[in-house]
Amino acid sequence: MTETRHEEPSPFNRRRFLKVIGVTSAGAGAALARSTIAETSPAHSPPSADTAAEPQHQWGMVIDLRRCDGCAKCTAACQDTHHLSKDQTWIKVYTQKDTDGRTYYQPVLCQECDNAPCLKVCPVGATFRNPDGVVLVDQNVCIGCRACMAACPYGARYFNWSQPPAVANLREQPMPEFPVPQKKGTVGKCILCVHYTNVGRLPACVDACAMHAIYIADFKQDVATNNNGETVKLSQFLRDNDAVRFREDMGTQPRVWYIPGHAQDLNY
Amino acid sequence: MMSVEAQEVASIREAALRPLARSGPRFWALAGGLSIIVVWGIIAFVVQFISGLGVAGYNDQTFWSIYEANLVAFIGVSYGGALVSAILRLTHAHWRAPITRLAEAMALCSLLIGALFAVVHLGRPERIWELVTRPRVDSPIVWDFVAVMTYLVATLIFLYLPLVPDVALLRDQLREEGGWRTSLYRFLAARWKGLPRQRQILDQGIMTVAILIIPIAVLVHSVLSWAFAVTTRPGWHSTIFGPYFVVAALYSGVAMVILVVAGFRKAYHLERFIQLKQFQNLAFLMLTLDVIYLYFTFDEFLTEGYAMTTDAIPILQSLLVGEYAPFFWLFVLGGGIAPLLLVALPRTRTVTGLVVASALAVSGMWLKRLLIVVPAAAHPLIGGAWGTFHFTWVSVGITVGGAAAIPLLLMLFFKLFPVLGIDELEQMVTEHGHALSSDGWEREPRVSLPEGVSR
Repeated sequence: MTETRHEEPSPFNRRRFLKVIGVTSAGAGAALARSTIAETSPAHSPPSADTAAEPQHQWGMVIDLRRCDGCAKCTAACQDTHHLSKDQTWIKVYTQKDTDGRTYYQPVLCQECDNAPCLKVCPVGATFRNPDGVVLVDQNVCIGCRACMAACPYGARYFNWSQPPAVANLREQPMPEFPVPQKKGTVGKCILCVHYTNVGRLPACVDACAMHAIYIADFKQDVATNNNGETVKLSQFLRDNDAVRFREDMGTQPRVWYIPGHAQDLNY
Repeated sequence: MMSVEAQEVASIREAALRPLARSGPRFWALAGGLSIIVVWGIIAFVVQFISGLGVAGYNDQTFWSIYEANLVAFIGVSYGGALVSAILRLTHAHWRAPITRLAEAMALCSLLIGALFAVVHLGRPERIWELVTRPRVDSPIVWDFVAVMTYLVATLIFLYLPLVPDVALLRDQLREEGGWRTSLYRFLAARWKGLPRQRQILDQGIMTVAILIIPIAVLVHSVLSWAFAVTTRPGWHSTIFGPYFVVAALYSGVAMVILVVAGFRKAYHLERFIQLKQFQNLAFLMLTLDVIYLYFTFDEFLTEGYAMTTDAIPILQSLLVGEYAPFFWLFVLGGGIAPLLLVALPRTRTVTGLVVASALAVSGMWLKRLLIVVPAAAHPLIGGAWGTFHFTWVSVGITVGGAAAIPLLLMLFFKLFPVLGIDELEQMVTEHGHALSSDGWEREPRVSLPEGVSR
């Protein structure tokens, strides 16, 4: 069909289409760039940490499996301190069999990995590392996607599948360093009791261990101590006792070291 | 007397606009029933939002289960649109012309519902805006978000562009009537007048999106798979997951196209335009994809099963002979072998037989996604008992509500827009010389023209 009259310019043309795509992509790219830069800046760390000076501590843990008797007082103390439900075993004592078939006990908590898979997969950066190297969760940001639970090779994360009961007489609002009470629809895990270590106290599990098997370790100060006053030079202690890390071949670089007993293999 | 062409065009228009006419009680009964199911799903979601995901059967061991499977499955069936509309368009498979509108609309509706499951599965759905304000680029969840959003926009454009001439037709027909419908059509028609320059722009636009939507579609399901595959969990940490998920989506997508096309064909008596040939061609595509999917599954199990590494054994055992074995073999036989046979055997390659095959394929693939997600999540990483999975009224309500929303959305969509691509079919008739015959579209018209009449 021939048209002799002047064609109306169609408002829907390729140039406009490409412009819309371009603007949208540029906008999205700018937002992504801005957020990535914001994430890597020191301003992202929580207000309580000292961002101006070099951090004085790099926290970790040593667990002496030769001493652990599986009493799980560590679990109870942790749940008590953080007002957790019985299912939320931020430190969990597993019953294992060694290669000779004998039973032993292995407490497992967040390994505070230097190469943490949970940090990588969090879509909104709710999981972050504080300047002392402890991996924390901001439950005001967490969207509850549970990708971190999928990524963690140690099963160390626990989700709030329902509204946790309210806690009376709390002195402060919940924050990553003391996420009490937990928030529904977000993820929680061991925080290495940074609320205690920040003020020179032992973590709840270290303090409660009846066998003095758990040591809080400071890689910066090269020292570790338990609740029995046994203070050791960390690097020496690890070397002398052939300490190993749990599932070393996962490449996670955990900060939790285990002193295994005879025939105990932590690479399964 | 109207030429053969004009008669064809008229009958195409009449059939395509049939659903827009006043609907009978059966339509409203079905729409009403589906709406009740959808509302029930919404109520279940509200309960979940208030109480937490625990009411959907989730626990710390089985932290991912039904909603994550639904997310993959529902976005997966949308791939039928990309395949039928884009790939078949690019390969000049003219037989696809009567079904592109249905396929494209189905793709949009199922993609929307699939994307909704991404919101439903979150512990804090109200915080989903954080994916825009503070995304972390190394997170597969962010890749999912970007990919799905891009695919959604592309699908929307891909549905809209071929719709423009059809909407212009409706605008012209309803010009005198006024009302919100006419305003809508006028807005969407974007001053389309069928001018050559406009036609050129439209065709180029459709071609561009058709080409672009293919890598986007491949990326979307690959990215969805990587949310699982980049973890170190046995059962998920597999290199084949990218292609595996893409083929799964295409397979279930083609099956879904068959189901949707069969449904609307029957309801609106479109048998003249959508014939056995369309179903058979789709079915052969479905068969090919089915075989590829079974091959990938076999590859996965062979490589894992032969080496029998300690971390792979529990998952394999659970799927092949253990707790999840009945469901796995149900999938293989019902969702894999049965559709294959129904398509391969000429006796069952009827519309009814292919509808049965497709229904088995779609539901089988949903089950398979559940089998991909649940055992690997529930498997204890260190020691202790496997996580448990069970359906709850909330999780089933939301799932079924989402499934019911797709046909409901389609029914409502086709109350507003033509069920056949009028412009596309008219082009087939006038430009490519196709005409309907008893066994489908053909290049040469069967009816011979009178002397002196040229095409």
